[in-house]
Amino acid sequence: MKAAHLAALREAAAARRPVAFATNLATGAAFILPDEAAPAALAAEAAAMLAADRSGTVTIGDEGWFIESRNPPPRLLVVGAVHIAQALVPFALASGFAVTVVDPRRAFATADRFPGVAIATDWPDEALDRLGLDSRTAVVTLTHDPKLDDPALRRALAADPFYVGALGSRKTHAARLDRLRAVGVDDAALARIRAPVGLDIGAVTAPEIALSIIAEIVAARRGRLAAP
Amino acid sequence: MSDTVSDAEDILGIAAAWHAEGEQVAIATVTSTWGSSPRRVGSRMAVTASGRIAGSVSGGCIEGAVAEAAQRSIETGTPQRLDYGVTDERAWEVGLACGGKVSVFVEKLS
Repeated sequence: MKAAHLAALREAAAARRPVAFATNLATGAAFILPDEAAPAALAAEAAAMLAADRSGTVTIGDEGWFIESRNPPPRLLVVGAVHIAQALVPFALASGFAVTVVDPRRAFATADRFPGVAIATDWPDEALDRLGLDSRTAVVTLTHDPKLDDPALRRALAADPFYVGALGSRKTHAARLDRLRAVGVDDAALARIRAPVGLDIGAVTAPEIALSIIAEIVAARRGRLAAP
Repeated sequence: MSDTVSDAEDILGIAAAWHAEGEQVAIATVTSTWGSSPRRVGSRMAVTASGRIAGSVSGGCIEGAVAEAAQRSIETGTPQRLDYGVTDERAWEVGLACGGKVSVFVEKLS
């Protein structure tokens, strides 16, 4: 690998720009795609694999190439800069997620409490609109405050994030469903909310609840969560 | 083929830092796996001539052999394709306890 290629790969990752990195397994020659200088057959193969987010070895002509899809990491948007969020963020970072903590209450949403992650202090619906929700994004609401959680959930359910979770007891969640129904969210959308949030591991403390939440998000990401 | 790895671990970043310090560095990448193998396609390990190692390409069973191969690539500048698994005679030396097979590409950072 050339140092210049390594630097370019890291630059693409920092900019959340998807690239495919193709290495000739006999010679070590490499391309970072898209690249107009790459052979057409290699470019086509790389584009298909990047779109499918798959990496592996392919044969082009009589040459073996390793193609690595380097898509930006999945994102987790944590609504509520609360105590459980402080426990959740390190688990999410270690699991490969790019994390943004969303909370307009500036006393909570501080770099002191959330070192090393992005913080959004606009209103949750505005923040989610600005950040954009795609199928590589997970959303979890933790504030317990309908003024903050509900707008975030409405945005999340109107888009296609791969996970939507909401902290709160069954009773809290029942009240939440009533409120969201009253503003026109349909039952199919409401059924996508994971609540009570997290896998049932009997979690009690904040770190345990955070662990159950990240485990459920990983299960969703890896396709091991039964559809609601 | 496999779903892409996007581990938080930044082995390329570590390799870049070591290279910037003036170290001679080789990078090993898992290019194929068969059966049960603990590390996924795209997993990486960085090795220096001075013996520093970061990351992994298996559950720990072939790292020693890959590190030795990395030293050869650092000396010769020639990339290598290495296959490890139960059908390989190397299996008795460094084989995979999991019973899987893995291909690893080793190259010098230049």
